Amino acid sequence: MPRKEIELEHSIEHLSILDENGSLDQDLMPELSKKQLLRFHRGMLLARRFDERLLLLQRQGHIGTFAPVKGQEAAQIGAVANLKAEDWMLPAFREIAAILWRGTPPSALIIFNAGYNEGGKIPEQQRDFPNAVPVASQLPHAVGVAYGIKYRKKQEVVLTFFGDGATSEGDFHEALNFAAVFGVPAVFVCQNNHWAISVPREKQTKSKTLAQKALAYGIPGIQVDGNDVLAVYAATQEAVDRARSGGGPTLIECITYRLTMHTTVDDPTKYRQEEEVKIWEKRDPLPRFQKFLQEAGHLSEKDIDDLEKEIKEQLDAEWSEAQQQMEKLGNPLDMFEYIYAQLPPYLQEQKEFFSQFIEAQEEADHA
Amino acid sequence: MPELTMVEALNLALRQEMEKDDRVMVLGEDVGVDGGVFRVTDGLIDAFGEERVMDTPLAEGVIVGASLGMAAYGLRPVCEMQFSGFSYFAMHQVEGHVSRLRWRSQGRYTAPMVIRMPYGAGVHALEHHSESKEIYYAHTPGLKMVIPSSPRNARALLVSAIRDPDPVVFFEPKLVYRAFREEVPEEEETFPLGKSRILREGNDLTLISYGAMLHRTLEAAARLSEEEGVEAEVIDLVTIHPLDDKLFTESARKTGRIVIVHEAHRSFGPAGEIMARLIEKSFFYLEAPIQRVTGFDVIVPFFAREQDYLPTVPRILAAAQQALSA
Ligand SMILES: Cc1ncc(C[n+]2csc(CCOP(=O)(O)OP(=O)(O)O)c2C)c(N)n1
Repeated sequence: MPRKEIELEHSIEHLSILDENGSLDQDLMPELSKKQLLRFHRGMLLARRFDERLLLLQRQGHIGTFAPVKGQEAAQIGAVANLKAEDWMLPAFREIAAILWRGTPPSALIIFNAGYNEGGKIPEQQRDFPNAVPVASQLPHAVGVAYGIKYRKKQEVVLTFFGDGATSEGDFHEALNFAAVFGVPAVFVCQNNHWAISVPREKQTKSKTLAQKALAYGIPGIQVDGNDVLAVYAATQEAVDRARSGGGPTLIECITYRLTMHTTVDDPTKYRQEEEVKIWEKRDPLPRFQKFLQEAGHLSEKDIDDLEKEIKEQLDAEWSEAQQQMEKLGNPLDMFEYIYAQLPPYLQEQKEFFSQFIEAQEEADHA
Repeated sequence: MPELTMVEALNLALRQEMEKDDRVMVLGEDVGVDGGVFRVTDGLIDAFGEERVMDTPLAEGVIVGASLGMAAYGLRPVCEMQFSGFSYFAMHQVEGHVSRLRWRSQGRYTAPMVIRMPYGAGVHALEHHSESKEIYYAHTPGLKMVIPSSPRNARALLVSAIRDPDPVVFFEPKLVYRAFREEVPEEEETFPLGKSRILREGNDLTLISYGAMLHRTLEAAARLSEEEGVEAEVIDLVTIHPLDDKLFTESARKTGRIVIVHEAHRSFGPAGEIMARLIEKSFFYLEAPIQRVTGFDVIVPFFAREQDYLPTVPRILAAAQQALSA
């Protein structure tokens, strides 16, 4: 009974198509029409400006804590752009770009971030999940939805987002293992933005890449330049096609960077160097894509200016819309909604008590 | 004596215990370089190094599970769940192992450890960040469940919790973290686990509360006194499990009228247990139905409505009137 080697033929592919300077590897360029490319651009720019707007609203005290997306727009848009309307998207808590792309209006996100559950309502036809705050907790759900798809022999695909920190959670491992064993149509998109609050990626795991974790579960894994919307698109397209044709799950690691704070209550200067941020600012996904589009003759300076103006107007309108809607959300009794299909008697009693209590208070205040 | 916030007072407790006892370790998500998202562990990594102040991978199960191993090995881990709402990832470890190690090994191994976590509503936090589920832990034999309400008693309680031979779940009220300062002596101070305290004496009514809601209860007591001349006794429960029923059942014998205030959900909540003990031990002294002012049995709403969820001073006053009028 000697000691012997078990041969494993494994390596991890890294994909990059559009580099930091906006130059392109023609051979790897996915098939995309000008219209599609411009949609990607609009999606990324809208997310960038909306994110900035949210930060302003937060600083002015109109909304609460949120997790900015700045720097990760390409990883999100490149991935979700592969989904059809009937596909499913399960976000973590930083997926502002992806959520907008899927059709949730900015006003709803504002209302949500202002602390009203109503903003998180998912439109009937949209097959997304509400954002998941407990890290990695949405991954098992993605697997379950995908299992349902497989069971019902549908052509749908599930895509779920999470961060580098999430790969340490048991839920991540359990979900990938389960997905692999059952061969479900799920695409796991990790946005490795290098930090889980203050803990750097190197302290999260000893693995050289996060993509290689796929090997342990026996599924394909790939690492891509997550600031390159074309590379993310191409890698996700392969994964989505594979899932749709019965080929099972894929793990995609998008190398990206969170350019700003973890959330609006976080101070990143406490744990990371400004020089590191500077390096990543040069790799910003947005200017690089704009440069490429300009050089390809798809986009002019004027087009960008017009689009900026249009987006600003749209966001102004969304903010007024959100304010108007929030005026109608003042009734505290709304918190009793959606707890059970039918309000049980003891909860009905509590609701009535509270309603009468409020009335009595108001009367007393007026007296 | 320095005036400290609860955050600073907890930091002082950790710092002094770590200086005194090299078995004491701190571990959790972001507790090192960042000093914890609420800064409770600020600067500890500079003072004690990475070996004793560990920035762990993001995984609550292994944070609690590894703490159990350390404790069984003879260390005194103080681990942090970043928010109580994420401690459920470790519930299996807490319920299945931490609470049972002494029993399962028939005393061979024990798990003297502290699981700290911020809890409660009122600070405009995200979903899962505002819950008050002390009952999960209070319902688990083998654990102690403690909730401080002020900087000074937080410091004393944390020291006692670290030295306690049993595992202690230590809930920190976020709403109080930086709400006010209090004098905290430099020298050692402890507070026995399993004991409540009287914060205000009175003969007309007993108000029982703890944690963040204690401050609203005190405010209600002050108003009752000023506006109605009603003198309420106010009890800070401090330890939720094991419950110090001696103090409140005696108070009930004196006043005969009881209001219990907490932000946890009402059904099967701490107030229910307190009422049961009152009925068992002071039934014949009660002069009015016991009132409870609690969070509703709804999922804690997002922050736009969290103040509606939480007990308010007017709700406490209304309950007090009920108790007084019967
Ligand atoms: C289970 C759980 N534990 C702790 C937290 C607190 N927390 C929120 S985000 C975060 C870091 C997440 O890092 P990562 O998965 O890399 O995602 P990123 O924030 O970088 O997008 C932590 C620790 C949480 N939300 N859920």
